[in-house]
Amino acid sequence: MTVPVKSVFLQSYGLTVHDIENYLSAALDRGGDYADLFFELRINHSISLEEQLVKTATKAINLGVGVRVLSGEKTGYAYSENLDRENILRSARTAACIASSSTSGGKIGLSAPAIHEHDLYSISVLPAELKIGDKIALLQQADVAARSYDQKIRQVQASYVDETRHILLASSDGRLVCDVQPLVRMNVLCVAEDNGNRQSGHQGAGGRRTLDVFSEALDPRALAREAARQAVLLLDARPAPAGPMEVVLGPGWPGILLHEAIGHGLEADFNRKRTSAFSGLVGQKVASELCTVIDDGTIPFRRGSLNVDDEGTPTHKTVLIENGVLCGYLQDRLSSKLMGAAMTGNGRRQGYDHVPIPRMTNTFMMAGTSSPDEVIRSVKKGLYATHFGGGQVDITSGKFVFTASEAWLIEDGKVTAPVKGASLIGDGPTVLKKVTMVANNLQLDQGVGICTKEGQLVPVGVGLPTIKIDEITVGGTQK
Amino acid sequence: MTGTLKEIACHVVDRARKQGATAADALLREDETFEVAVRRGNVEKLKEAVSKNLRLRVFLGNRTAASQTSDLSADRVDRLVDETVEMARLTSEDESGGLPDPTAFSGEVPDLQLSDSTWDELNAEHRIDLARRAEAAAFEADSLITNSKGGFFQFERSRTVLANTVGFVGGYEATAGYLATAPIAESGGAMQQDHWFTITRYRDRLDSPEQVGRRAAERVLRRLGARRVKTCQVPVVFDPMASRTLLKHVFDAVSGDAIYRKRSFLVDQIGEVVADKNVTVVDNAHLVGGLGSSPFDDEGVATQFTPIIENGVLRSYLNSAYTGRKLATRPTGNGNRTASGGIRVGPTNFYLEPGNDSPDAIVGTVKSGLYVLELIGFGVNTVTGDYSRGVTGLWIEDGKFVYPVHEVTIAANLRQMLQDIEMIGNDISFKGPVAAPTLKIRNMTLSGE
Repeated sequence: MTVPVKSVFLQSYGLTVHDIENYLSAALDRGGDYADLFFELRINHSISLEEQLVKTATKAINLGVGVRVLSGEKTGYAYSENLDRENILRSARTAACIASSSTSGGKIGLSAPAIHEHDLYSISVLPAELKIGDKIALLQQADVAARSYDQKIRQVQASYVDETRHILLASSDGRLVCDVQPLVRMNVLCVAEDNGNRQSGHQGAGGRRTLDVFSEALDPRALAREAARQAVLLLDARPAPAGPMEVVLGPGWPGILLHEAIGHGLEADFNRKRTSAFSGLVGQKVASELCTVIDDGTIPFRRGSLNVDDEGTPTHKTVLIENGVLCGYLQDRLSSKLMGAAMTGNGRRQGYDHVPIPRMTNTFMMAGTSSPDEVIRSVKKGLYATHFGGGQVDITSGKFVFTASEAWLIEDGKVTAPVKGASLIGDGPTVLKKVTMVANNLQLDQGVGICTKEGQLVPVGVGLPTIKIDEITVGGTQK
Repeated sequence: MTGTLKEIACHVVDRARKQGATAADALLREDETFEVAVRRGNVEKLKEAVSKNLRLRVFLGNRTAASQTSDLSADRVDRLVDETVEMARLTSEDESGGLPDPTAFSGEVPDLQLSDSTWDELNAEHRIDLARRAEAAAFEADSLITNSKGGFFQFERSRTVLANTVGFVGGYEATAGYLATAPIAESGGAMQQDHWFTITRYRDRLDSPEQVGRRAAERVLRRLGARRVKTCQVPVVFDPMASRTLLKHVFDAVSGDAIYRKRSFLVDQIGEVVADKNVTVVDNAHLVGGLGSSPFDDEGVATQFTPIIENGVLRSYLNSAYTGRKLATRPTGNGNRTASGGIRVGPTNFYLEPGNDSPDAIVGTVKSGLYVLELIGFGVNTVTGDYSRGVTGLWIEDGKFVYPVHEVTIAANLRQMLQDIEMIGNDISFKGPVAAPTLKIRNMTLSGE
C-alpha cells in the first residue's frame, strides 16, 4: 500500500519520487546488487554562556545526499551537497562504478510503508523552531545555581546544543522511509579553586525531546549543582590507588563499561571480518549468569533511540548477552546479508557523507536482585566509581579503558574518602565473568553520550545498575 | 550559489554588513576527496566526492554569532547570513570580541608549497593498487599475520578562501595523500592489531606500499604473546607514535582557550621552568609542506613561528584574536574555525625539537622498564595535569626488549612528566600537525597485576 510521503525533501527541495527512482536506476546501471539514497538535512543550534556572558550563538545547516551501491562485499559511495538532478546523477554514476557487470538497473518502483513501526519522539515543537531566549534562560539558571553552590566555584561554562535531523531513505528494494529526529543536550562545567588547587566537574543531560527534558532531576539548576559538587569534592580528593582490586560501579553512566568492554566487540562488521575478540563466541558463556545485556533503540525520547536506523530499518531491542551467554551481534544491512542474520536496526551514520556501519543505540544491563547497599557492604577494600569520562577499546585484543571522574575508597564495607580520577583497564571477553553482584537499581544515563567509530560520531545511551566486579585494574599512582 | 569561492565569500560578508553587522568574516572551503579500502585483496569501499562549505562569523559591536552551511544555494546562504546577524543581537557584549586588529593581517609568508598537482596523474586504478600492495606486503611478511582490517588510500585536495569586512581576501590550496594498512596477527588463540601509514602533501614523498606493509607487519608481530606485568614504578620510553600524544596534551595546556579560563596546569607560568632543560617545544606554521602549515589562520592572521618552551622555560601560549585580547597579548596565528563557524585555538606544526640520542641508545639505558607503543582512553585532565592511560607496549630488561605487555596503565602528573623527560630521541617524523621524537621519562607508576 502506498501512502503520500511527507518529507521536507519532497516538499521544499523540488525532488519527486519519480526522480528518486531514476537516480536509483542509474546507481544500479553497472549491475550492483542493491542501492540506496540517503537524503539528510541536519540543523544544529548552539549557545554558550561563560563568565556570565552569552558568548556566542551558532547555527549549522548540513544538507546532502549519499548514494550507496552494494555489490557482494563491495561498497561504492558518493555524495553531493547539491540536490539538483545533474549532481545527484553524477554521484549515482560514481557509486555505480563499484560494480562491473553489464546488467542494467531496470525500473524501480518506490512505495512508503503504511505506518512507522515506532513513534518514539513525537513532540510539538522541533528544536529548530525553539526560541533562543528560552534556551538562554536555561543557561542563566544553571550559571546562577552553580555560582551560589559554593564560594570556591570560580568559573561556570554552560552550553546548549540542539539538532533537528530530517532523513529520507530510498532503496532499490522499493522502500521510501522518512523520519524527523529531534535531539537536545545541555552541559555544565564548573571549576573550583582553593589555594591554587583547581578541579573541574561536569554534568549534562538531554534526549530526543524539546526543552521540557530539562526539568525535575534534569533541571538546569540540578545539573549545575551536581557539576559544582563534583568540582568542590575533588579539591579534597587523594591520589587514586594502583593495581587490581574489587570495584563497585554506580548506576547510570558507568554503563559506559558495557559500551566499551563488549558493545563494540559485538558490532557485526568486526565479527564478519573476524577482527573482534568476540568473533565466534555466540552461544558461549562470556559473562556471569547475573549479566543480561541489551541494546534497545526503541525506548521513547532517549538519546540513543531512533524510529528507523540510517538504512531505513526499524530499530529493535536486541539481547546481546542473556544470563551470561552471548546471543548475537548488532547488524547493519551489509553484514546481516553476508552473515545470513536478521537486521537489528543498528546501521547508523554520522551524516550523508558517510557509509552506514553497525553501531549501538542504548546499551544497558538488566537489574539484578541485590540492594545497592548490600553490594557496597560486601567489599572489604576497593573502589566505588560513580562518574566517568570517556572510554576506548581495542576490539581485536579486547582490552578496554574507561576513566572515572568521581571515585571513592571502600574500606570494610563503607564508602570513605574521595580519590582523584583514574583509568580502569580490563579485558572485554572476561571482565563480565567477574561480575559477582548486580543490584536492583538499573538507571539509564542522562542523555549526553557520543560514540566514535571509524571517524563517525553518533549519539548513544548507556545504562547500568550498581554492580560489583571482583577484580579490575585501577590505574592510579598509589600503592 | 554559483561563482568562485572568493565571490561567494565577498558576497556573504557584504550582505552581513548590509544587514547591520559591524564586522564579519567568511571562510569558504571546497574539498575533493577520494577514499579506497581494500580488504584481503578485494576492494571493499570506494568513496568519492567534491563538497563545499561556508563558515561565517558576524559581529555587532562586541556581540557575535557564527554559522555554517553545506547548502550553498543563493537563497539559503542569504537567509543564513540574515539569521546569523539576528542571533548576534541576542548575545552579550564581550569587550574582547571582534575581528583581529588589521595589523595582524599583513605579514611576510614564505611559499609553503602546500599543494602538489602531480597527484592527478595517479588515477583510481593506481590508488587502489597502492592500497592493495600495502596490505599484501603485510600478509607476505609473516604467516602469523592471518587477517587484516584492510589497506587504505585517501587523497584530499582542499581550497580555502577567507574574506572579511576590513578588506582581507586570501586563499590557498593544499593536497594530502595517505596510505595505510592494518594487519592482524594471531598466535595461541589471541589476536593483536596494529597499523602503519605514510601521509604527505607530495606524491613523490609517499613511502612505497611495500615499506608501509612491512613496517605494519613488524609492529603487529612484536605485540604477539602480550602479558600483564606487576604494578611497579619504572622508567617509561615513548615510541614517537605515543610521544606525539604527550605533545597534544602540552598543546591543550598552552592553548589560549585553556589559559584564559584557567583550565590548564600551565596557567601563570610564563618565564618559569616547566620541563627538563633539554626540552624545546615550538609551534611552527612555516614548515615547507608541513601538514599543519598555512599562510594565514582561519581569521586571516599571518601565521608565525612561536617558541613555546625553550630549554625547559615556558615562553608563550598560543592565541586567537579573542584569547590574545583576553590575555593582553597578540594573536599567534592559531585561530582554527570550528565546525559551527566560530574560532578556537589550534596547533599549526606543534612539536618537540629532536635531541641527539638514537632510539636504540635510549632503550639501551633502561635496566628495567616499559616501552609504550600505543595509548588508549581519555584519562588526561588538562586542569590538574593528572594522567592515567591504558598501554600496549614492550617490556625492557637490561636495555633490550624481552616481551610485549598489555592491559596495564601508566599514571603520573604531566607537570612532573615534563620535568622528568630524561632523554630525547633524534627520530622526529611528521605524521600530522603534532609530532615528537622518542622520549624517556624517568619514572611513572605502572598499574598491572
